[in-house]
Amino acid sequence: MNAVDLHRKLERNSGLLIFGILLVSAIGGLVQVLPSVLQDDLVTPGPSTAPYGPVELTGRDLYIREGCSTCHSQQVRPLLAEVKRYGPYSKAGESAYDRPFLWGSKRTGPDLHRIGGKYTDLWQRMHLLDPRSLVPDSIMPGYPWLAERAADADGSIQSKMRALRRLGHPYTDADIEAAPAALAGLREVDALVAYLQALRAPDREASP
Amino acid sequence: MAGERYHDRVVAWLTAFAVAWSILGMLAGVYVAAELVWPTIDFGREWLSYGRLRTLHTNGVIFGFGVSALMGTAFYSVQRTCHVPLFAPRLAWFCALAWQVGVLAGGISLLAGWNGGKEYAELEWPFDIAIAVVWVCFAIVFFGTIGKRRIKPIYVSNWFYGGLIIVIAMLHIVNSLAMPVTLSKSYSLFAGAQDAIVQWWYGHNAVGFLLTGGFLGMLYYFLPKHAGRPIWSYRLSIVAFWAFTYSYIWAGPHHLHYNAVPEWVQSLGMVMSLVLLAPSWATLVNGVMTVAGAWEKLRTDPALKFIVLSLAFYGLATFEGPMMSIKSVNVVSHFTDWTIGHVHSGALGWNAMITFGAFYFLVPRLVGASLYSVRLANIHFWLALAGTMLYVLAMWGAGVSQGLLWLSLDEIGELSFSFKDIMASMAPYYALRFVAGLIFLSGALLMAFNLAMTGKGRRTVAASPPAAESSRS
Repeated sequence: MNAVDLHRKLERNSGLLIFGILLVSAIGGLVQVLPSVLQDDLVTPGPSTAPYGPVELTGRDLYIREGCSTCHSQQVRPLLAEVKRYGPYSKAGESAYDRPFLWGSKRTGPDLHRIGGKYTDLWQRMHLLDPRSLVPDSIMPGYPWLAERAADADGSIQSKMRALRRLGHPYTDADIEAAPAALAGLREVDALVAYLQALRAPDREASP
Repeated sequence: MAGERYHDRVVAWLTAFAVAWSILGMLAGVYVAAELVWPTIDFGREWLSYGRLRTLHTNGVIFGFGVSALMGTAFYSVQRTCHVPLFAPRLAWFCALAWQVGVLAGGISLLAGWNGGKEYAELEWPFDIAIAVVWVCFAIVFFGTIGKRRIKPIYVSNWFYGGLIIVIAMLHIVNSLAMPVTLSKSYSLFAGAQDAIVQWWYGHNAVGFLLTGGFLGMLYYFLPKHAGRPIWSYRLSIVAFWAFTYSYIWAGPHHLHYNAVPEWVQSLGMVMSLVLLAPSWATLVNGVMTVAGAWEKLRTDPALKFIVLSLAFYGLATFEGPMMSIKSVNVVSHFTDWTIGHVHSGALGWNAMITFGAFYFLVPRLVGASLYSVRLANIHFWLALAGTMLYVLAMWGAGVSQGLLWLSLDEIGELSFSFKDIMASMAPYYALRFVAGLIFLSGALLMAFNLAMTGKGRRTVAASPPAAESSRS
């Protein structure tokens, strides 16, 4: 039986066709994606990578809400020019607590993976609220509403931390207990600034 | 069986919805393009903010315009290629309408800031579940119709539509796995590098099986119909289909070159992206050879013009993609506007144009009237071509210069240019892109008017009975 005859069978039997498509399209995922998902060292945190505190976690969720990763990557590639421009290149272990990952696919603005500590809190705050007050040529949108709302307006921080604990993030009961107090009085912009300031290369001292 | 009729009303409504989403989705696109030129036109409003509106643009055109068009043309062609009316027509109506409600509500949720954070899968978990339910119903209607077909062989277009339904279901379900926190917030079940690999397995293949495979289903039905000639090579379509289905899935990691994922995953992704060139161009050859001999129709039939041009852009985009997946090219193109240009040569040049071609063919047949204005359709054709070319050229210019300037080092090994200066030098390209988008959108508006007038001028015709026209062209 030649290949065309074999195919005649397949294209005359819808069950066989469905099964064939599923099988053929699944192979790539099984060979390439599944081993990566089972490879623990891809999500083993580095020695100085800790789960986000309540303020940084809230800031990170605001970063997601406002679609910051539409224009900013968080992935310094191991290339001379990138290391010079941004800092040490990104390693897998640094993203172990990132759900979802925020590496991005586009740099309309610069990479932010090493932005922490490069500017003061005040600069970041003013820049988020009105970017052109500090960088006249900037095409970044301003986010004035971040200054108007409480950081944890819907009071969901404890549910968030519990959900992440179920996924394996090592938050203690005490951490979760103390979270609302850490966010008390903060505006959204404060949390987002705290998150940006936490985006730093792993501490050299802590590395083995 | 006497009294049986094809269910074409649901197709007509899906076509109307697709046209509406194309206008709304492109309008959002033009607006975000304008925001990159005049950043203050969000007027300090959250729902006009770039980060939210851009997400609405991508979701609106892919899931609103793209999926409505694919669902409509799938329902239309599966009945004709199987010589039977739709299986479970009420379920087909449910699919069509539930999808529209989902896209509308989902779009509003994106503007409200409900964002899962994964590209092209931003909708939050309640929508993910709704999408999965509608998709299963779509599968039941489609495969149910194939199951009761009157002609034994299943036609090529249905393999591609079938691939779309099956593979997108698999990708969507796995990539959307998440731990809900509140109605509007969830955390991905995967973390960091693993999440990245799963996401681009999804993201690349949403492009593969929806924007490429699904629309190839459209091509395999409407091109032969239109050209009045059978598919050039049946054997080539078999080889191309299975090679496409097998190799596309592997190509996702080319979105993660030089990122923190294993080297072997990146290299395999690159090699399989290059392999993909073969089935992609096999289909191109098959399409071009099918039109060959019917070239004279190009002069008179605007719908065929759109389809033939879409084939040219399909060839361009499926060549450019593998080239961009080569690591030494990707080092320049990654993170730049080149990617945006590549996506739009596919999205405007291939997906939108073949859909426009299909609609100019479909709508007169659905309403039983001739096209309101062939002249307007011809103007639309030239606007679409000019808009796409200008868009792609502007983004090539922007992307290649960004990529090279970012990497440029001076003679003592220091960076030659600051990020800020490179960003500021993009202004003319972004202005051109905005103009290009406006041109393309104005063409789509002409189409919407033309098709609406065609619908208004309809005669009340009896729906055509099954097998009234030959399916195998």
